[in-house]
This record gives sequence, C-alpha cells and structure tokens, in this order.
Amino acid sequence: MDLDINGVRHSVQSDPERRLLYVLRDELDLTGTKYGCGEGQCGACTVLLDDAPIRSCLTPLSAALGKKITTIEGLERKGKLHPVQEAFMDVDVMQCGYCNSGMIMSAVALLQRKPVPAEAEIRSALQGNLCRCGTYPRILEAVHLAARMANGAQHD
Amino acid sequence: MIDFEHPEFEQPGFERAGFEPERYELHAAPLYSFVPDRRDFLKLLGGGLVVLVALPGAKAQESGSGRGGVGVPQDIGAWLHIAESGAITVYTGKVEMGQNIRTSLTQAVAEELRTTPTQISLVMGDTMLTPYDRGTFGSMTTPQMAPQLHRAAAAAREMLLDLAAEEWQQGKSALTIADGAVRNTSGATLSFGELTKGRKLTKTIAADALVTSASEWTIAGRDLKKVNARAIVTGQEKFISDIRLPGMMYGRVVRPPAFQASLASADAQAARAIPGVVAVRDGDFVGVACDDSSKLDRAAAAIKTEWKTVPQTNSRELYGYLKSHPSRGGTAVQWQPVDSGKSIEASYNVAYIAHTPLEPRAAVARWKDDQLTVWTGTQVPFGVRSELAQAFGVPEDHVRVIASATGSGYGGKHTGECAVEAARLAKAAGKPVKLMWTREEEFTWAYFRPAGVIDIRSGALDDGTITSWQFHNYNSGNAAIRSPYNIPNQIAEFHAADSPLRQGSYRGLAASANHFARESHMDELAHAIGMEPAAFRLKNASDPRLRAVLEASTERFRWGSAKTRPNRGFGLMAGFDKGGYISCCVEITVNNGKVTVDRVVQAFECGAIVNPEQLRNLITGSIVQGLGGALTEAIEFDNGRITNPHLAQYRVPRFADVPQIEVVMLDRKDLPPAGAGETPIVGVAPAIANAIFDAAGKRIRSMPLRLS
Ligand code: FES
Ligand code: FES
Repeated sequence: MDLDINGVRHSVQSDPERRLLYVLRDELDLTGTKYGCGEGQCGACTVLLDDAPIRSCLTPLSAALGKKITTIEGLERKGKLHPVQEAFMDVDVMQCGYCNSGMIMSAVALLQRKPVPAEAEIRSALQGNLCRCGTYPRILEAVHLAARMANGAQHD
Repeated sequence: MIDFEHPEFEQPGFERAGFEPERYELHAAPLYSFVPDRRDFLKLLGGGLVVLVALPGAKAQESGSGRGGVGVPQDIGAWLHIAESGAITVYTGKVEMGQNIRTSLTQAVAEELRTTPTQISLVMGDTMLTPYDRGTFGSMTTPQMAPQLHRAAAAAREMLLDLAAEEWQQGKSALTIADGAVRNTSGATLSFGELTKGRKLTKTIAADALVTSASEWTIAGRDLKKVNARAIVTGQEKFISDIRLPGMMYGRVVRPPAFQASLASADAQAARAIPGVVAVRDGDFVGVACDDSSKLDRAAAAIKTEWKTVPQTNSRELYGYLKSHPSRGGTAVQWQPVDSGKSIEASYNVAYIAHTPLEPRAAVARWKDDQLTVWTGTQVPFGVRSELAQAFGVPEDHVRVIASATGSGYGGKHTGECAVEAARLAKAAGKPVKLMWTREEEFTWAYFRPAGVIDIRSGALDDGTITSWQFHNYNSGNAAIRSPYNIPNQIAEFHAADSPLRQGSYRGLAASANHFARESHMDELAHAIGMEPAAFRLKNASDPRLRAVLEASTERFRWGSAKTRPNRGFGLMAGFDKGGYISCCVEITVNNGKVTVDRVVQAFECGAIVNPEQLRNLITGSIVQGLGGALTEAIEFDNGRITNPHLAQYRVPRFADVPQIEVVMLDRKDLPPAGAGETPIVGVAPAIANAIFDAAGKRIRSMPLRLS
C-alpha cells in the first residue's frame, strides 16, 4: 500500500484496517504524532488528511489511501516553520509539550479554513484536543498570534 | 509531622506487579553499597574543571535504606563540569516533567557563570551519570537544587578567575567575567576553554559559597523561552514512548479483571504459535512481546487466562468505608467541647482522582547479560532503579534508569511498575522491549490521589475571633493540614485508613483536600456568625504574607462588587503550603444545576521569582488542572474494577471549561525562592464551593462539586 506522507511516498505492508497512528509511529518512525488514548478523545494523534484534521488513532489505513497525509514533521518548509509552530514558541506555550503536535495540527487546519478565527472558533476547533498541563490560555494566544503572522506574511 | 510524600501503597498483592515470590524475591537493601572511589568517578568526566556540591552529612541518607545511590558518590547533590572545550555540563538527579526546571536550572548556572544559557547543557535523572536524588516532587527543586547549582556555578566562576589571575599574574579583583570569557583591565580575554585546557581541577564546595543575590540577578529572574521548544513544536522531541532501539519488540500485559485477583490458569499456546510472539507467564504476571506492534491485540487475546477474584467495596460506600477502616496504628478521634462562641460541625469528602498524564506510562527496557537499562518517565529514577533491582534480584549498580522526557506526571509517575513489566518482557524476549500502557491501563493500574473524609468542629465569637478548630482528616493525608490562621490550640490530625484503591502522590498531595475542607468551613463559620467571608479571614490572619495574597487577590477581583445577575456567585479562599502563599477568588454562574466558572483571580507568592513567565504558566496550568478535581473528576469503582476508565467517562478540563484567568504574582526578592509546581492547584475548589453557596444557597461538601 502506498501512502503519501508529507509529500513523500511510503510503501507499507499492512492490514488496511490498521489504524494510521500505529503505522506512522511504529512502521515509519514518525513519532511526532502521539498516542494519548487510542479512543478519539484527546487529539494527541491529530494529523491532516488532505486538509482535514483527523484522529489517526481511529482512522484505518484504507481511509488514507489516495489522500495527502500531513504530520507535524511535515509542517516545516525549507527550514522555515509554520506560523503556528513559530507562535507556539513565541508564546512559550508548552509545559511538558506532549499535546503540542496534535494542538498544532488542529490549529493549522483551522487557520487553513478560517484565516482569522474568533476566540470561540478556536475553542471549538480545539475542543477535542486535551492539554493536561492546562496551557489552554497560551494556546489560544498562540493561535491568535499565528493568524496575525500568517496574514502579515501574505500582505508582505 | 509525618511526611506524606510517599504513602505506602495500600493494595497488597499488586505492589510487585504480582511477581511470584519464589522467583522474584524481594531482596532486602544491600548491607553495603560499594561506592566507587571519588577519583574513579571523576575520570568518567575527563579533564577540565569539576565542582561538586557536598550535602550536609545527614542529607544523603534522607531517603532511608535501600534507596541510596550506588555507583555515584552519595553525599553530593550535583556537579558541574567545564570541559577542556569550554562546554559546561551540569549533572542533577532531578527530572524535567514539564515544570520547566531544565530551563530554570540552566538560568541559575548561566547567571553565576555570566554566560549565555545556550552554552550550558543539563544531564538529568540518569542513575548512571547524575547524583543520587530522592525524586522530583514536593516542590523542592527550586528551593534546593537551584541554590546548589547557583553555588556550584559561583564556585566555578571563582576558579576560572583564579586561573586567569595566575595566567596574567594579575590581581583577581581587577578581572571581569562575561560572555563565557574572563577579561582583564587591558582588554585581553581568555575563554573558559582556554582556561580549562589541560587542567584537571576538582573542588568540593559546601553550602555557603558566595552567590549572586536575587536582587542582582540579570539572567535568572528573567524570562527565558523553553530550551527545547523547537524540538517540541516540530515533533522531534523524543518522549519515552517515541524511543526505538534496534531489534526492539513491543509489549502488552494481560491484565486481571479486578484488583487483587490471582491467576488460576493461563494457556499461552495459541499466542506462542503466532510467529514473532513471545509469551510470558511468571507468577501472576502474564504478557506478550511481539516483533511487530500490529500483532499485540491478537497475541494478548490469544492467551486464555482464568483469575480468582475477591469481593471488594465500591465508590458509593467509599466515605463510610474509609472512616470505619483505620489502618494499623491509626489514632482514634477525640472531639473537644467548644467552650465559647458559636459552634458548628461539618464533614467534607474528596474523591479519588487519576493523574491522567497525556502520555500514559511507558518504558523501554534492554538487558545486556545481567545489566539492565530502562528508559522510563518517572519523577523518581533512583527509586525505580531500586524497584527494578529488587524485582529481578540484581544489584542496583547493574541497573540504569534514564528518565527522559515524558508527557508529564503531576505526582503520578513516582513508581516503576511499567518499567518492571517492560524489563520482564525484555528478559524473556532476549531483545529490547517497549511497553506503552493504554489509556485504560493508565486509568486502572496506576495509582490515585487519595480519597478522604475531613470532619471539622469549630467555634467563633461574634467579633470573628476563632475560638476552636478541630480538624480530622481520614486517609487523604497531612499536607497543609494545619490552619494558617491565628488559632491557638488548634487540633489537626491525620488518620490513616486502609484505602480500597492503590493510592499515592499527586500534585499538591492532600493540600487540595485540606484546603477544600478548611476554606469551605471558614466560609460556613463566617456565615454562622454573620460576618463577611473576606473580613473574617483577615480578622484571623496575622501572617503578613497570608494577608498580602488575600489583599492582592480581592483587590484585583474587586471583591465586594455587586452581583450583575442573581444566579452569579463569588467565592474566595486563602492558604499556604510548601513555601507558597495563595489566595483565589472566583466568579461563577449557576444555570439549571450546572456550574460555569467565569473568572478566576489567583494571587500567589513563593519568595523570589526565578522566571516570571514560566511561573505564570505553571500557576495558570494548576488552576486549569484544579478545575477538573473541583468540578468533574472522580474515579468510580466497584468490586475491584474501575468503572470509568476512559476519557469519555472521566472528564478532564478542555478548552470550553477554561475561564478568564488572572494571575497576580507577588515577588519577594528578599526571600529565597520556593517551588510553585503544586500549591497553586489548591485554590479553585474551595473558592468555587463558596461561590456556589453564594449563588445558589447550597453548601456542597464533596469534591468534585456536583449540584445535583
Ligand atoms: S490518541 Fe487519538 S484521540 Fe487520543
Ligand atoms: S503541555 Fe503537557 S499536555 Fe499540554
């Protein structure tokens, strides 16, 4: 089976029912995508399928065939981080940082859909992502900042 | 006072993950521990300059038998090495759990060495390379480790200045040190590397070396972004569950259906028939290791097990159970009459809650002959090393525990059960094994914050003077059990009980339960004598630091403003624990029996502030986490089973639950810094309980606070 991950083709031998998360982590060593529950409840495993954020712990491989998979490792372009990544660093969001990959992917998807989201839109887009360290207020701040950075960049 | 950091685990039969006693004898602590010669040890570091921080004699023994460091000198708290290249490396047994000590300790060293934080690396929590440490808990890193590193780095600075003075034949007082180099009056410089080249210098310092006082800090006390931030946002940071070793297999434990169950029979034939699968049965331990993680479910399910279970209690009967099951040596409660003033009594309950770290426990274990290395997320690497040594009957110096980055712990990763299980599987497989607990396992087989019952009897005069305070805590613990208010002859006692669930440390320990009960009761007492709750507290608070946080939070909150809507409520609390003073005010709305927290204002003071933004982040995070224990989190159980072991059934705070949060930090540069990872969590629960009473006239005496 061929998977298109971060613009690179990967061939994997696997049961089409196997969940994408475990293929990414255990077969391809793309461990930026995290396991937090395996039950669709925490968002740590969020990746983009085409442009939609999905829970890779629930998504069978078969659903990812023929689609573009983007993981946290694929956001950086030619040494340049995505504005959401930059903003997470600028705002100094992280405590343990374990939730960050999933949060960032969910936020990237939101900004693609809605370049300048309102606070309530950010909250609802990220509602499925848990941060046990409780950094939510900083994540909100970072997403706002990322929106400003991205728009600034477009106008330049 | 009893130290309740490490309550004994209360559930017999689980402690050793059920290893068969004949095969996994508990070995007593070794009679002797043969510490390598100091010089041998220093050889490991190579040339350059080394500063060792000597602990006062008794300190190294603090942790009791069997947990002392083996393989490294035991009387040393930390060491700092400046290599011949000029590279600065600091070794500490403390562990980074998201509380950001990697960054703040780096700052402490940079401050004293007058250099940039990027020149410094920290080796943390590796039992082979770092000094023995009891563990990263109790908010002791900032008060203890930061000063030690300040001292070590200050001593290194003086040594560098001495070397430069000798080199230039100049008085030391005329030399300055900045940006990783020493400079003399004529402007010549010598870098740290130039000064340490070809040297082999060692210095042991005591606790009194000269350090820069907090008011002169230029690096510490400022904000510094997390040193590994880029790795985290790019997914490159390797957490325990991300580690992969060559030839590594994946593990899964076959769990019993209930606590205290024993294995009657196990048939692993079908599992062993699957290629690439190793099945292990050892006493009550059953598990599999697979060469491919896709086989885990199938292999584990292929093992047929039968278990003998024993009847056990449930969460509905918990509070009565705790009061009626004192543990051996428990003290009886004796109530005193209240002689003067108005007297009231009330009983408060606190549920078991789970730490729910976003990364469940994980470990990677590798054996080489009889040498074991385990990477695992733990706050107590040396304790886990002891557990492993005991479980496998090997000397401690054959075991290396490396506590690398983990998806936090909040007091929940003190023990090594996952490490022991991974090591058992790796031993059978003859290959390294990674074991990641599932979310359900984390909810079931870790340990819980103790549940508790707190009974209070109190009395107060009409003018607000408290005349009696009797406070009895069953099972939940001792932390912050004494009232910080000015109450002569207060009685505050802890009564240990036989906990039906395995319990242990948690962020803030019993300080959450004790503050909840005390500050709820302070409100009740204020209302009983018809006094305004903030005024009542101030009337009884003589400690100026307690008054200061209370005044700071009420002022920012505008305490005393009129309610804008009838279903709004205001509540407040104040308190003290582990060197930190706290006061919290909240505003809530009650709608159809549902509580929404709209605004939280929390004032906190923990001496001198080392890194203001990180402190703010930690306090904010504690408030958010505290909301879970306050409003929604409770472990439910029945007959040895956890009945809500999923995030869909056990709600932890999410974005929608986050109120407007305002943190007021009081900086006392004249006081030594205390830790802040724990105490800020204790504020919201009592403040919300008091606000619910204000809004709905209903007093809720049970955590989590549920209106219906
Ligand atoms: S791991 Fe997929 S949602 Fe939690
Ligand atoms: S930073 Fe630890 S879970 Fe979000």
